[in-house]
Amino acid sequence: MEITVMSNILEKNEEVAAEINAMLTRRGIFTVNLLGSPGCGKTSLVEQTISLLKNEFHIAIIEGDLYTSKDADRIAAYGAPVVQINTEGGCHLDAAMVKSALNQLNLNELDILIIENVGNLVCPAEFAVGEHAKVVVLSVAEGEDKPLKYPLVFRQSAAVILNKIDLLPYTDFAIDCAVRDISGLNPQAALLQVSCRTGAGVTEWLEWLKQQVQLLRK
Amino acid sequence: MHELAIAQGILDIALSTAIGYNATRILGIKVIVGELTGTVPEALEFGFAALAKGTMAESACLSIRIIPLTGHCRDCGSESSIDKYSFACASCGSHAMEIITGRELKVESVEVE
Repeated sequence: MEITVMSNILEKNEEVAAEINAMLTRRGIFTVNLLGSPGCGKTSLVEQTISLLKNEFHIAIIEGDLYTSKDADRIAAYGAPVVQINTEGGCHLDAAMVKSALNQLNLNELDILIIENVGNLVCPAEFAVGEHAKVVVLSVAEGEDKPLKYPLVFRQSAAVILNKIDLLPYTDFAIDCAVRDISGLNPQAALLQVSCRTGAGVTEWLEWLKQQVQLLRK
Repeated sequence: MHELAIAQGILDIALSTAIGYNATRILGIKVIVGELTGTVPEALEFGFAALAKGTMAESACLSIRIIPLTGHCRDCGSESSIDKYSFACASCGSHAMEIITGRELKVESVEVE
């Protein structure tokens, strides 16, 4: 006997994600799901964000990592509350993991939550974790072919950060191609050229983030 | 390897459907997978086989149908396929394309006995 079901395979995750999203929206906590390859500069972007916005906003971080607490230790040095999730080999965070991490955070008076996902351009794109926006970081050292090789994450992101822009003269990264491909995949995305090392473009990123906080509160 | 998490979702749906119909064995499961999900069918089959061991879906045949990426243009209203992930309307060139198909991750049907 063949039974027609037409069930969404990721329905359970999406239900939990929607529940988290509703709670964060009610509290006015703008939440970013930060994505990108290992070594693209996600943690450096988080460090810059906290150090430059901590007097203006209350920011908390959830750090996804396979096994270590190296990133969480880096973030803790900046004095922001941070919760580590170790996926123990899992290639992405899911909504249930984020839900239990949220129980360890004081959400009162929080303005911004950044969820740094496991370094991976494929898997995390498919799993909502309750965020208001996905932001993907691509470093110029990775090559301009990555947007078309990993289209979903670039299509789903509200902002694309082209990081390590200071390395541009030392690479063969064809920035025009990268910009064309990203715009083709996702014309609405904010495309920001940043160097977390020199601080170039970081102001534009912070402006984008502040704008999103304001939009959520409206 | 997010295919493992997807395989677990498929198995959960299949098992709960079978239990709901008082079935004793799952013979086949039909799933549809959108092109943009980047799911590798071989990895999905491998993950499913590993997870299904020891359950009533152990010998189930998993058939995976890939759904191509298509979109609807908000400017001119036409529908077209989206090739090479370039979200431009084939009729008018506009980038205001909404995805119609290509994001699916669904269990269509479960065959039981």
